[in-house]
Amino acid sequence: MSAMSQTRTAAGPRTDVLLDVRGVRKVYEGRGRSVEAVRDLTFTVARGDLVCVVGPSGAGKTTLLKCIAGLLAPTSGEVVLEGESVDGPPPGMAVVFQEYGRSLFPWMTVRKNVELPLKQKKLPKARRAELVHQALSAVGLDDVHGAYPWQLSGGMQQRVAIARAIAYEPHILLMDEPFAAVDAQTRADLEDLVRSLWQRLGVTTLFVTHDIDEAVYLGQRVLVLSSSPTVVLDDVTIDLPAQRDQLTTRSSTRFTELRGHVFEQIQRAKQRSGASVVE
Amino acid sequence: MRLAGRVTRAVAAALALPAALLALWWILTADSESYYLPPLSEILAAVDDVWLRTDRLSVDVLPSLLRLFGGFLLAVALGVSLGVAIGSSRRLRAFCEPVLEFLRAIPPPVLVPVLMLFAGIGDTMKVLVILSGCLWPILLNTVEGVRAVDEVLVETSRCYALRGPARLWHLVIRSASPQIVTGLRQGLSIGIILMVISEMFAASNGLGFSIIQFQRTFAVTEMWTGILLLGLLGFLLATLMRVFERRVLSWYFGLRQAQRGGSR
Repeated sequence: MSAMSQTRTAAGPRTDVLLDVRGVRKVYEGRGRSVEAVRDLTFTVARGDLVCVVGPSGAGKTTLLKCIAGLLAPTSGEVVLEGESVDGPPPGMAVVFQEYGRSLFPWMTVRKNVELPLKQKKLPKARRAELVHQALSAVGLDDVHGAYPWQLSGGMQQRVAIARAIAYEPHILLMDEPFAAVDAQTRADLEDLVRSLWQRLGVTTLFVTHDIDEAVYLGQRVLVLSSSPTVVLDDVTIDLPAQRDQLTTRSSTRFTELRGHVFEQIQRAKQRSGASVVE
Repeated sequence: MRLAGRVTRAVAAALALPAALLALWWILTADSESYYLPPLSEILAAVDDVWLRTDRLSVDVLPSLLRLFGGFLLAVALGVSLGVAIGSSRRLRAFCEPVLEFLRAIPPPVLVPVLMLFAGIGDTMKVLVILSGCLWPILLNTVEGVRAVDEVLVETSRCYALRGPARLWHLVIRSASPQIVTGLRQGLSIGIILMVISEMFAASNGLGFSIIQFQRTFAVTEMWTGILLLGLLGFLLATLMRVFERRVLSWYFGLRQAQRGGSR
């Protein structure tokens, strides 16, 4: 871990920008009326970073993530990944969706689900088998290769989705509220899993959540979004120790301070949006 | 042991009603003097003479089955490929829908005289009649299935660069397969009906031709054996279809059971 943070400080801030979101705005055109979901989002993510995006519900978090993933074209502004403007899902990106039950192919076994994207990458069979095995092992699912997703619990299904993402060997991993639909215990386990995978693999991760505690616990950085129409309110560096665990980290003074800080920002954002509605 | 017991019970349950009906038929017609309703015992005794000791299985039954499979398989190929195309494109759907509704409403038997003009009275005509009936349930069910592909799964596939034939197979067709199989099942039963009807109009062989021939020559017992055989054939094909469905859609039945919260 210390090696990793040294690399980050050693490299110049310009060269190691992996993801550059520049003035992204998204307006949904409906029948006769248009809704501005995202007003102006500008931020960068450095290579190897773990950035959490947190905002009140309805803050256009999913819209933002879909723009970055190339699933949705922004109305204006652009997303640049590794120096290339994104205008469709880029090859070096993997996404983990919130709806794990709908993002795994129910007609394929766990192994096939993880392997399918690798086949599309035209990797040789032996390499595919190796990656599938490593990925499933990394998420703690060594013995369910032949099971179907619907035979597994929600938490295990989301682990399969994570395994599929890391087996893909992405340069950046996007996660869209991946643990919003699992129970609290499973959620804590999965948070630790994401943290440890990030530390082991060093894959740049952008984690979207509405949960402030989760954002502070997971992230090296937390981007605080306003209510819709969305802008970046704050960019908080999380200076908690690299080794985190649910008990000591969450009860530390620094955690409470950071959490309080983010919480305050979001409350203020909500009030401001409430005021603008009254106007 | 428990599995064997379950299978035996399932088979017994499935055969109980047919056995009871046959028994009822047997008893009610046992002393039948009616020319049109011969005793079941006579009908069963005639099966051997009419179908097994003659070359009717290869001369009549086999050609019928070949026409049925020909028409059905053509309908599957055409219905699934057109259905995928129409289901995938909103514009194509808006363009085709009125015509499809119109064509679907035409009862296929009325096409027989028309098709005879174009395709003659040979096998081509019969295959076309069967095709014209099987096509609609397969096509329309495929369209519905393709339209209902899960949005999250579509986005997942885009993210992982699933394109071309791989996307078509792993995402679109597999996802629509429950509806496609429903279409196949409906199409097959319509196909059997049309197989018989097409052979009643203009034919020199076939199962439908034989039955009509027996009827016209007042060979009533023989006619009944043909009807029994037809029923048996339909039952066999439906069973094959169910075996196919169980194999292809095992994931779907499991998924549905899991969603209902049932234990496996």
